[in-house]
Formats: sequence, C-alpha cells, structure tokens
Amino acid sequence: MELFANQVLAGIATGAIYACMALAVVMIYQAIDHLNFAQGEMAMFSTFVSWQLMQWGIPYWGAFVLTVAFSFAAGIAIERLLFKPLAKAPILTNVAGFIALYAIINSVAGLIWDFTIKQYPTPFGSSPFLGSQLISTHQAGMIGITLLMLVMLFFFFRFTRVGLAMRAAASLPESARLVGINTSWMIALGWGMAAAIGSVAGMMIAPVVFLEPNMMLGVLIYGFAAAVLGGLTSPFGAVMGGFLVGIFENLVGTYIPGVGNELKLPIALALIITVLVVKPAGLFGRPIVKRV
Amino acid sequence: MSTAEDIVTEAPAVEAVPKRAMTLGFGTSLVVLAVLILVPLFVKNFIIFQLTMLLIYALAVLALNILTGGSGQFSLGQSAFYAVGAYTSAILMEHVGMNYALTLPIAGIVCFGFGFLFGQPALRLSGVYLALATFALATAMPQLLKLGYFEHWTGGVQGLVVTKPDAPELLQAMASWFHKSISQDMWLYYFTLAVGIAIYIASVNLLRSRSGRAFMAIRDNEIAASAMGVDVALYKTLAFGVSAGITGVAGGLGAIAVQFVAPDGYTITLAIQLFLGMVVGGVGWLPGSIVGSAFIIFVPNIAESFSKGLSGAVFGVLLFLVIFLVPHGARQVAIVAQQLIGKLKKN
Repeated sequence: MELFANQVLAGIATGAIYACMALAVVMIYQAIDHLNFAQGEMAMFSTFVSWQLMQWGIPYWGAFVLTVAFSFAAGIAIERLLFKPLAKAPILTNVAGFIALYAIINSVAGLIWDFTIKQYPTPFGSSPFLGSQLISTHQAGMIGITLLMLVMLFFFFRFTRVGLAMRAAASLPESARLVGINTSWMIALGWGMAAAIGSVAGMMIAPVVFLEPNMMLGVLIYGFAAAVLGGLTSPFGAVMGGFLVGIFENLVGTYIPGVGNELKLPIALALIITVLVVKPAGLFGRPIVKRV
Repeated sequence: MSTAEDIVTEAPAVEAVPKRAMTLGFGTSLVVLAVLILVPLFVKNFIIFQLTMLLIYALAVLALNILTGGSGQFSLGQSAFYAVGAYTSAILMEHVGMNYALTLPIAGIVCFGFGFLFGQPALRLSGVYLALATFALATAMPQLLKLGYFEHWTGGVQGLVVTKPDAPELLQAMASWFHKSISQDMWLYYFTLAVGIAIYIASVNLLRSRSGRAFMAIRDNEIAASAMGVDVALYKTLAFGVSAGITGVAGGLGAIAVQFVAPDGYTITLAIQLFLGMVVGGVGWLPGSIVGSAFIIFVPNIAESFSKGLSGAVFGVLLFLVIFLVPHGARQVAIVAQQLIGKLKKN
C-alpha cells in the first residue's frame, strides 16, 4: 500500500509537468479550435529566451516577467503574420503550417543556443518537500503555479469583458461579430495567451527535464493526451488530465511487469483511448451536439 | 465555460471534393505515365532508387488520401501500417524464402485486416480524438517491433536485411540483345511502377463505385449518410482497411527497395511526412499524391543544400511558402491550369 501511495505521489509530481502544458494546449484550442503542434517548441523557445536574459544578469523573476511579456507578443505576432492569412484555408493546411512552424523554431533555437543540455535554475529550491523524498519543493511550486494559472484563467473567462468576448468568439463567431466583437483579434489574443502560458510551463518544466531544443517533444505529447483526456473545452479538466496521465504512467511502470520506459507511453495512450471510447468528450469536457 | 450543451453547426473538417475532380483526364494521365516510364532510362542508378522511393511514398500518400480525402477520417498512424507491411514482406522473404512479388499481396491482406480491426475502436472517435488514437498506434509500433518476444522473427532492434531481387532472366536476356543490361534498381523501379499503376486504377475505380460514394457521403455528413441507408460503421472501418492495405503494399515495396527493415525506420516522423505529402498534393486529389511524395522526398534535401544547420528552418519556410501560395495543394495548380487551357481553347 505504501508503494502505491508513493507511486501516486510521484505520478502527481510528473503530472504537474503535463498539467502545465495541457493548460496551454486547451487555451489555444479554445481560441482556434484545433491543436497547435508547435506549442511545445514555442514554449521551449521562450524558456531559452529567459535563460539568455538570466545569463545577461537579470534576476529570475525579472526574466520571468519579461519572458511572459515577450511570449505574449510573439504569440500574437505569429498569428498575425503566419496564420491569419491561412484563416480561410482548409484545416489540414493549417495543421501543415503548425508542423512548418515546429521545424522552423526547433532549427533556429538549435542554431542560436546549440543542442547541448543546459541546467536551468528553479526559484523554489530542490530540497525534499515536507520531508518526502518523492516530491521536491520545485515540483510542489510547479503544482502551485499551475493551480494559480488555472484560477486566474477561470476568473479571466468568467468575470472580465475580454474573457466573455473570447468565449463568444470561440463558440459562435458570427453572432459574436454581430454584437461588435472583433473575432479576428480574439484569435490573436488566444495565441498570445497560449504562448504566455506555454512560456510559464516551459520555465517550470526546464529544471526537471533540462534545457535543450528537443526538451518539449515528449512533454507535448503527454500534454496533448492530458488535454484530450480531461476534455479539450475545460481548463480544469486539462489540469486534472495532466495529473491523471502522470499517475497512470507511473502505476503502469510499477505494476505491469516487463514494461520498460519505452512501453510507458504507448500503454498510457492506450488507456486514454479506452477512456475516450467510453466518454468521447473527455472526462470533464462538455459534449458538443451537432446540427445536421 | 458554461456547462450547457453547445449546439454547433459545423462545416465538415475535410472539404467536399466531387468525385470527378479526384482524378486526372485521360490524356494527361498518359503523358504522366510516359514520363514515368522514360525517365529512368536516362538517369543514374541512385536517382532511379530515389524515383522508386518517390513511387512508394506516393502509394502511401494515396492510401492516406483515400482515408482522409475519401472518407473524411484523419490518421497519424499510417507509419504503423507501413511498418507492418514492410515487416510482413521482409519476414516472408527472409524466413520463409518466398518470392518478393508474392509477399506484397500478403502484406496488403495482413494490413487490411489490421486496419479493419483498428477501425473498430476508432469508430467512436473523430477529429482530434481520432488523430490522438492513430498517433498512439504510430508511437507504439516501433516499441512493439523491438519486443524481445518477437525477436526471433523481427530481428529486434537490429532489424532484418532483405536481399534485392534481380530482374527476371527473360527480361535480362532480351535486354542483352540490345547490348544493354537491366540493373536491380531499374527493374525494381518498373516493378514498383507496375504495382503503383494497378493500385492507382483500382483506387480510382473504388472511389467511383458504390463504396466510394458511401465514403464520400460519410465524409460530407455522417448523419445524413446514415439516414440514406449507408452503413456508416462498416464503410468507415472499410476505409481504414483499404487505406492500411495499400499502405502495407507500399511498406513491403519500401522494404525491398531499401533492403532493410528496422523499428526506428517507422516512427511517427514517417506518418507526419505522409500527412504533409497529402496536404501538399491536395487532400482528396489522387494524382496529387505523387506531387506530395516528391515534396517530402526532395525538399528536405534541397533545404539541406541551402544550409546544414538551418535545414529544418529552410524546410519550414518552404512548406509555409507552398501553403501560402496554394492552400489547397497541387490540386489548386491543376484547376488553375485546366481553366487556362479552357480559355485558350475558346479563343
């Protein structure tokens, strides 16, 4: 039983990484209605920017704020420059655009900062948290930050006019336009916010997985899986999905014999698909009824 | 984030391509065919090998096109079917000693069954969810092939080496009358071309048949299709099966051409490449498959020749250029060209 409890705790600790990323995934899904494959690379690039700022002598939290602001602006710029012209193109063409963006950011980051693995500082320290060896203060801090972002997002969407406008633009663009909402800019804003959330996720994840251009590859896959599991329409679901995926993954590795690191991912994904077959809108998502 | 159910009137994710717009005219087809037959006579062996790969990937893109452009289902798992086809051929050739040409139909049938079965749970999923499910299949496949349990057959991490077939003796004898010889590469190219043409014709006919119309009805509106009496579940899984079967044949051909199968040759990267090939060629336009395949084979090389360090960025920029200029892929180019020719004829 103690092994079980420990594994669950360790699962929550890794799950926090996925929850962070899943939150960014849901954010962009809310704004543009599909998954952005370049999300992880955007977060990675932001993390490198913050690392560079710290190398230039800016203290951690200063770099943190600057990076979030930079990512927000960059997210909007990417939408305006690259994806607004594609708004009328088929969805699959947009997906190809995400893959192109992925290749560009990955390659440019590799050229600027090369592919060697770098240490990344944490503001929370890495001593054991509350005397437990399985969860460090950094991981506890990461869970705290994720939950904080979740609460902020909730208040933003519930109680601000811009939040309301974004929800309107996402659910019924035409009616939203009729009441005077600039839906095109709402999409740009969604990109900006997703990039900003992604940058926070990147800066939280980097101390755990270390900083390098391919650091987000695995994390993004789990982030997608977490978001889909929790329900793509619900930020709360995404965070819960993140923790659940983390726990799943750890328990599978512990209790099913012969599962090495390599089979963890396929088995976790298979479990998620099983859940989806039973509950197609995800655990916390709302079902979408289509009109014929 | 209300908890109320939303009612959304959604356009189908994949555009409706009328079935006549899915193929080339007869004259144009003959010209393309003539080019494909004549080119290998004038180029070096390495380029012939690349052209063979071009045809093989074109087949795999065609298979994805039938699934996505035809029945409206996404798949990021094509690399898994390709891998199963490749391994089936390789194992039959190396362990059983079967003739390479005979292994292809078996690879196709095995993959058809595999795809058909995979289509069953996929029935409940669509859009991003289906993308995730197929993605899971693609990531699982290399790991499954590495498992110690199958190692006797699959060769584990090391993979299997496949012998390249010679041209049949009859053909070699005929060529020697003209003081020429048929290299292995050249023979394999023509062999692939023949298989490819057969599959292309079969696919065109499939899409024009009753089943093809059922696919397209499902793509355009699933509920309306079922109301008209289309067995949605059957045709959706059938589309998966057919697509997987063709991909399997392509995989088998690929194994013979590369002379080697190993788990790491069939990762998610391959599935993404095939997806890009489909978009560049035009979703739902079968002849576009060969254009898309050319894009995924040659453009990375071109990008590398620009700059080694930035090859990824150059590839990305080129891809952006293509989708900015022609968001509907090569199909758009073909339509514009057709209209131009139509105008010229009128004048």
